[in-house]
Amino acid sequence: MDELIIGTTAVRSRLITGSGKYRDDRLIPAVLAAAECDIITVALRRIDFDRPAESILNHIPKGKVLLPNTSGARNAEEAIRSAHLSRAMGCGDWIKIEVINDQKYLLPDNSETIKATEALAKEGFVVLPYMYPDLIAARRMADAGAAAIMPLGAPIGTNRGVLTKDFISILIDEIRLPVIVDAGIGRPSHAAAAMEMGAAAVLLNTAIAASDDPVAMARAFKLAVEAGRTAYLAGCAPTSNEARASSPLTGFLDT
Amino acid sequence: MSFAEIIDSYCSFDIEGYCASVTPAAIDRIIDRSTLSERDFLALLSDAADERLEATAQKAAALTRLHFGSAIVLFTPMYISNYCDNICPYCSFAHHHDITRSHLSLPEIEQEAKRISAGGIRHILVLTGESPSKASVGYLEEAVRLLRNHFSSVAIEIYPLSQADYARLIAAGADMLTLYQETYDKPRYARLHPSGAKADYRFRLDAQERSCRAGMRAVTVGALYGLHDWRSDAFFAGLHAAYLQRRFPAVEIAASFPRLRPLAGDFSPSSPVGDRQFVRMMTALRCFLPTVGITISTRESAKFRMSLLPLGVTRISAGVSTSVGGHGSAGSTAQFEIADTRDVPSVKADLLAAGFQPVMHDWSRALTG
Repeated sequence: MDELIIGTTAVRSRLITGSGKYRDDRLIPAVLAAAECDIITVALRRIDFDRPAESILNHIPKGKVLLPNTSGARNAEEAIRSAHLSRAMGCGDWIKIEVINDQKYLLPDNSETIKATEALAKEGFVVLPYMYPDLIAARRMADAGAAAIMPLGAPIGTNRGVLTKDFISILIDEIRLPVIVDAGIGRPSHAAAAMEMGAAAVLLNTAIAASDDPVAMARAFKLAVEAGRTAYLAGCAPTSNEARASSPLTGFLDT
Repeated sequence: MSFAEIIDSYCSFDIEGYCASVTPAAIDRIIDRSTLSERDFLALLSDAADERLEATAQKAAALTRLHFGSAIVLFTPMYISNYCDNICPYCSFAHHHDITRSHLSLPEIEQEAKRISAGGIRHILVLTGESPSKASVGYLEEAVRLLRNHFSSVAIEIYPLSQADYARLIAAGADMLTLYQETYDKPRYARLHPSGAKADYRFRLDAQERSCRAGMRAVTVGALYGLHDWRSDAFFAGLHAAYLQRRFPAVEIAASFPRLRPLAGDFSPSSPVGDRQFVRMMTALRCFLPTVGITISTRESAKFRMSLLPLGVTRISAGVSTSVGGHGSAGSTAQFEIADTRDVPSVKADLLAAGFQPVMHDWSRALTG
């Protein structure tokens, strides 16, 4: 069976969804059901640990892998603190590191992310760092103990697709960890293209949450991710910029 | 370049003349752009933009949905002292007004905090008048320290402080600062604030910047619309937000558009802002700065606030009283009359019915220590 393995956990779905930006959190269970996803990320900043009755966690069905994220952290220290709080409050050992100190483009700070990855991996967290697709940084995150690498396709929430395609390809070729394309995927066709390239999974939120019909869009992404993955496994036929000559130049050698 | 220098660079620029030269066709081109220049932003404030208000609103709504989804953060203001040394003619708290003054003790603040918190609010905004002798930095520090035990985020809307004093309040638990310049027009500012600490235009103008240097996580800028030509105030408020965003990329920048409301005394706005102009200001800012937060207060009516939501709003207040002790511990004169008197459960229900998610908890100090 084609499973996505992160750390020691194997899951079926290669679509990871977020939980923010919905017009009503009560939509989340139906979206997750339509997406058939196994892993869902939740911003720790939105969880009110003092008021569990009102927590967004109540809308996440049992049996899903919870991937809390450190959205709002501006440096490694804040990301580490967020992860500690998450573990202490019973949100498990998985952590998506988001260290962002640019509120306009929401681009991640790779060097702080490497520091946080190292510290948290040592403490036994399953660390998934959100990063700018830079091979050198990805290698350092892998060496620091990351369980997967999450390069961005485009700035968060822009829905512009995998603009960093060529650099993500390098990570897919070079990093021996699942490479999960995170951020920027706005349409099912973007998700399919990322999966065709060999991405291990995709993570997206805005594209579903901000669509007119989040449940239908979740299903569309599920199908797209499956299509892209199936195509990758089948091996896409090569492409060429020119038509193949019917009378090849070396044809005379065969006569 | 400091923000004061940016304002000065527009001294010889004819804002009115430029706006008069803008055509609806130019607005169409601006709406199509993915990034807007300062001049584009100003053009969206021009009267020609009124003819394209719907198209601008559509763009503003799309940008907001992309960057913020359908989430609206709720907060409640808590007035803890209305003593004020200033003589601003447009404010009920002004020193010369014969109003009931009060100043909450720490136990009274705690009592208010418990009441507000019991209603579900997790983000609090603390307000005072400008009276360092009554509402000293030490008093504010104690108040913030106490409130952080009851709320996940404590914002302040107080008189401008030095960087060192902002650092004290941040260490005590404050994470957001709101401060309005009142008007960015220096001559008008000087006429409205002829004496006292508030006469220092530049000290107020640079306050957000000092707080960012001290480590504030989020700051809100704005003018008090109606005091001066709304177009130029909205323009400079937008430039102020853009400046802070560029200078302090890690800080969450927001803007608000408070309009003058009826109050004690007989001050009337010199340049009232109508609803269409209000929408023009807000949607122009959203198109210019797609990722800044926008807060709408209860100065606006419930109906108007609900209509504004899709156009760019990210934070609204709920369950508001603008008097000191207004949440039950005491009674005093309100700073201004609120136009939206809904309680927190009603605001939440209305948001959900309108397709928005009320977010009660969007940050916790526990995440940073």
